[in-house]
Amino acid sequence: MPAKASRAAFGEALLDLGARDERIVTLDADLSKSTMTVNFAKRYPGRAFNLGIAESNMIGVAAGLALTGRIPFACSFACFIVGRFETIRISVAYTNANLKIVGTHSGIAIGEDGYSQMGIEDIACIRSLPNIGIVQPADELETKQAIAYAVEHQGPLYLRLTRQNLEPVCPPDYRFQYGRWLVLRKGHDVTLIGSGGTVFNCVEAAKRLEADGISAEVINAACIKPLDEELLVQSAGKTGHVVTAEDHAVAGGLGGAVAEFLTDVLPTPIKRLGVHGFGESGDAKGLYAKHGLDPAGIAAGVKKFLHR
Amino acid sequence: MAEVRLESIARECRVQILRMLAHAGSGHPGGSLSVIDILTTLYFGRVRYDAKRPDWPDRDRVVLSKGHAVPALYAVLAKAGYFPERALITLRKLGSPLQGHPDRTALPGIEAATGSLGQGLSISLGLALGLRLAGSSARVYCVLGDGETQEGQVWEAAMSAPKLGQPDYALNNLVVILDYNKIQLDNFVKKVLDIEPVTAKWQSFGWPVIEIDGHDIAQITKALDQAEATTVGPTFIVAHTVKGKGVSFMENDPEWHGKAPKPGEAIKAIREVLGITEGAWEDYLKTDSATREIVTELSALEKK
Repeated sequence: MPAKASRAAFGEALLDLGARDERIVTLDADLSKSTMTVNFAKRYPGRAFNLGIAESNMIGVAAGLALTGRIPFACSFACFIVGRFETIRISVAYTNANLKIVGTHSGIAIGEDGYSQMGIEDIACIRSLPNIGIVQPADELETKQAIAYAVEHQGPLYLRLTRQNLEPVCPPDYRFQYGRWLVLRKGHDVTLIGSGGTVFNCVEAAKRLEADGISAEVINAACIKPLDEELLVQSAGKTGHVVTAEDHAVAGGLGGAVAEFLTDVLPTPIKRLGVHGFGESGDAKGLYAKHGLDPAGIAAGVKKFLHR
Repeated sequence: MAEVRLESIARECRVQILRMLAHAGSGHPGGSLSVIDILTTLYFGRVRYDAKRPDWPDRDRVVLSKGHAVPALYAVLAKAGYFPERALITLRKLGSPLQGHPDRTALPGIEAATGSLGQGLSISLGLALGLRLAGSSARVYCVLGDGETQEGQVWEAAMSAPKLGQPDYALNNLVVILDYNKIQLDNFVKKVLDIEPVTAKWQSFGWPVIEIDGHDIAQITKALDQAEATTVGPTFIVAHTVKGKGVSFMENDPEWHGKAPKPGEAIKAIREVLGITEGAWEDYLKTDSATREIVTELSALEKK
């Protein structure tokens, strides 16, 4: 499989699923060409609604549709949709409305457009809400399976997708399971957990670490809420050291979730790699290097953490 | 006459609103009393529902977007048979499904979690569109507060509604009623942020607008008839109301937006709602056992 953006895989998955399930509808706020629902809208015009640049209303309309039995995918950039937090808090989470919030263009990897378009606090926000799960797939295969799962899942979900292409990381026989993580590489010195756009870089970092005599267990955490607590305890118990790497603010993201959980059940030294401060314009590669999220940066972060 | 029956129900609901707020010790009497004639007309003169089947897919939906007026909705739902009237005094108490603002997951009959103002109209658009997509003939009634329309999301929805679903699924099953009682928490709406010209604003967003007296049940009924006859899209009804309607010391006073009556005050208010003079009150209570019980209960509460 060639590298593909998870937003593109999402658009393709929705086309297929739409043929099988009439309940699926899409809602957009003038970004359907970017969120990739545009082809769904062309094929199923009676089931795609463009609400204009009005994300709060879009989320509310989606919630109302969900309450009549539709399965709405409400889509925008991660920052714009989660920015309407109060509407998500009440109309989606508290209501327990069965809709899927899709945030594309997550992270600093969107690059040149700069901070105002970067969703890097979205996980922190959604994590604080009961009822909503958070899924961030790492490649095309996983995205398509996660979207198919989202249709079956009862209750609200937040799906965090990327603008940039993602290299395949999951094996061909992989089956997405809600609340389950995937060990991509076994190891015993450190548990290295990535999600979405950082998973491939974690695998590459592990190869570099191996050359330096460090054995990293690499985990793809597609499900950020709920965590795969069983696997996390098992791996952290084995390695005794945990490093998380994510394209999200260091506060409140996957790393925060892992730290909060392990503090309660198995206190373990943890290093959280992620975005510090606001993002900025630049090329994605350069930004990942600056924030230590490229393979070299992750490897260096792990070594520093292990004092090696 | 239908109006006489509805007026009598509305009077009973006013009594229950005052009763439950006094027991709760907090809550919003002003906006509950201004909206009760509208809700009574909807539930006992218009809306199709089955209290035994709150999830009936073809039921009409009522969304009380001004969620702080939920005592009025609880009073109506109890009378409609969704739950026993005695449960009303659990309002706002720990463990009660009668939350301080509506919780859809806690109480059957509540269609939307509201109270965070500005969200109910968007939900109503989604409900109306979903019902049209499903081929249902069910209708959606959304009640907005006047101060609430200062929220930006209301205007996102207002701009969207007349166009949403057109032409095949036009939202002609949606009616929005503005409880225009002219007062919000801090002060008179005019003084905080005037929302006038209301009718011209909504008309310019593409809505047909009907202006009525929101305490005149015949006028409410007629406006709802008119809305039902509209096929092109949603209808907006401006219901001019009086905050605290029916209680002399609450009417048109911003202080009573969010302050519960003390038990003694509630008893006086109940007497006024029922139109009984102070001198005739003791004799009246001998003839009305339901009110007598409520008053006895409130008197006991006062002594606590």
